[in-house]
Amino acid sequence: MIEFAWLIPALPLLTFLLLIVLREKLKKASGYVAVLISGITFIVATLVFLQLIDVGNFLMEWSWLTIGSIDISFGILLNPLNGLMLLLVAFISFLIHMYSLGYMDGDQRFSTFFAYLSLFTSAMLGLVMSPNLLQFYMFWELVGLGSFLLIGFYFYKNSAKQAAKKAFIMTRIGDVGLLIGLILLFWQTNSLRFVDIYQAVTNGDMSGGMITLIAILIFIGAIGKSGQFPLHTWLPDAMEGPTPVSALIHAATMVAAGVYLVAVMYPLYMASSLAMMIVAIVGAFTAIYAATIGLVQNDLKQVLAYSTISQLGFMMLAMGVLGYTAGIFHLFTHAFFKALLFLAAGSVIHAVHTQNIKEMGGLNQKLKLTSAVFLIGALAISGFPLFSGFFSKEEILASVWAEGQYGLFIIAIVAAFLTSVYMFRLYFLVFHGESKLTLDKVKPVPMTMKIPMMVLALFAIFSGFFNTSWFGTYIADFLEEGATYLEGIHHGSSIWLMLLATVVSLGGIALAYLIYVKNALNQENWKTSGTYQMLLNKYYMDEFYDNTFVKGSRGIGLGFQYVEKYFVRLIILFIGDLVTTFSRTGSKSQTGQAQTYTAVAFLGLVLFAAVYMLKGGY
Amino acid sequence: MTTIPLQAYLILALILFCIGLFGALTKRNTIIVLICIELMLNAVNLNLVAFSQLGNNPGITGQVFSLFTITIAAAEVAVGMAILIAWYRHKNGVNVDEMDGLKD
Repeated sequence: MIEFAWLIPALPLLTFLLLIVLREKLKKASGYVAVLISGITFIVATLVFLQLIDVGNFLMEWSWLTIGSIDISFGILLNPLNGLMLLLVAFISFLIHMYSLGYMDGDQRFSTFFAYLSLFTSAMLGLVMSPNLLQFYMFWELVGLGSFLLIGFYFYKNSAKQAAKKAFIMTRIGDVGLLIGLILLFWQTNSLRFVDIYQAVTNGDMSGGMITLIAILIFIGAIGKSGQFPLHTWLPDAMEGPTPVSALIHAATMVAAGVYLVAVMYPLYMASSLAMMIVAIVGAFTAIYAATIGLVQNDLKQVLAYSTISQLGFMMLAMGVLGYTAGIFHLFTHAFFKALLFLAAGSVIHAVHTQNIKEMGGLNQKLKLTSAVFLIGALAISGFPLFSGFFSKEEILASVWAEGQYGLFIIAIVAAFLTSVYMFRLYFLVFHGESKLTLDKVKPVPMTMKIPMMVLALFAIFSGFFNTSWFGTYIADFLEEGATYLEGIHHGSSIWLMLLATVVSLGGIALAYLIYVKNALNQENWKTSGTYQMLLNKYYMDEFYDNTFVKGSRGIGLGFQYVEKYFVRLIILFIGDLVTTFSRTGSKSQTGQAQTYTAVAFLGLVLFAAVYMLKGGY
Repeated sequence: MTTIPLQAYLILALILFCIGLFGALTKRNTIIVLICIELMLNAVNLNLVAFSQLGNNPGITGQVFSLFTITIAAAEVAVGMAILIAWYRHKNGVNVDEMDGLKD
């Protein structure tokens, strides 16, 4: 079965082509086609994964380009990390395809939506199976394209258009770093295959400084894709896309690609403590930075977006403190509960047609299931004991503690506390309290949307048990099997850490309860304070970028526009006039008089004859 | 029977050709131009026949060839005259210097 692993990205690609070509004919059926094929993709991925557990590793390569002595190949690589990602992406993608059937029902561009969704799925699956950096980079850009198309899906809205452009440009800045890192790696090792790169690092073929430089450049790519500070501003804006897209791309899969990239290049990072430190610091800072912004936002999806950024920060932090398995484990659980939260948010938006949480409230009466699964998601992300987030977050904290990064540890604890505060602020404001909407406006949620939410809710509760210190660390063991360089790193969790995590999580929930249900604290002072304004405006980051980079480039552009207008255009006009004058003169000789033409032709003939005579040959 | 030398034929053909060429290049009346073209063709025919009789490799080919030329010339004149008549009905004149419609 594993030989057919190439089918996994090929099937969604087939859907994409099919739906693009037949979108007028299939109409409503296109959704069912996409769901069916993504279901098959998931089944194939599962079979491949099951076989991978026995095989451990699988590599299939074809030669693609041969330049001199350098052979560039493409193919598929399966190891525990890739296999886990593959299964995760295929599974979530299938659920979200199904959810979209209900959510996008009645949309004008229903088929196009599914075509784009399939294109993205195909690219993401290809990304996690790449055996070399070049192929990885190509799929990396393709997922960016899918994200761009889907953010700008409602392109008639100006904000969606702007958001799509912003996402593309911001991630592009990161991609430049990745590309430079990639070229440097190729220059150093003469190969882009992951195995060769690991080999070169182990053999010490590269100097320490070069390794650090490459690791940081590649990390810049990860910063862009995973919405880490300072390239995070595109991710909240990306919420302009349809909600299933936010769930799939901007919560569960694509944004996790940055973390995955760091994981894939892990030997490189392990060889450079400076690069590791930078990863950890950027991660920790992003975690707390985004969490503080999430505290005050009033748009349902914006809060979730900042929460995603913050959680990705946690993953990066784990990566930076040798918590490889903790980071991937958090990626795994986060994919479930964050997709769940987005889907629940989507069904709220579907029902009440607004995203402003100030206009909601009391929705647990009407949307019973949604309210329940949202609560599950919120408990999971807050790290409520025995929910999935509890185990993964606790492991990250354990890794930070074990590495002795006490400063980062405190930041992580505070960020975890803030996480449960903003999540439960959201929960209480949306689902509790007085209803501010007339209830007959609330639309029922269709079955196709309910099933994915229920499945994800199950996983949000139980996926933590795949990796606990009580019942066995299955995921960690499995991952370490494929990553031999991780040997000897174990961050056992301890009771006091679990207690601390529980206290932090419950404390955050309690605080949110006091503020937003009991109104125990005076909010008026807080709302007029400068801090509140600063957080509401996201630390003025967008304004900062607007005033420096955007206006700066506009200024440069304006300068060049004048150069173009008064210098380049002058030269162009001159050349144009020259040619025109020349041809005008030429056209005067075209009189239309057949006799003149004949005379000239005859004279020419005579001339040739004369030359022939005089020179005695040509 | 005295044989007329080849040169005499060639000179005659040359003179004929030059007259034809001169007429074709200078006359305003298209009919005269057509006639002059016929003159040039006939000069060529004369050459062909003279060479076929008195050339280095005498043979029947040149004569056959000139027969073809005469036939083609007849067809060409028929077409040319048809066009000219159509032109005359349209423009009420057959001056060759007015036929410059291709210059635009």
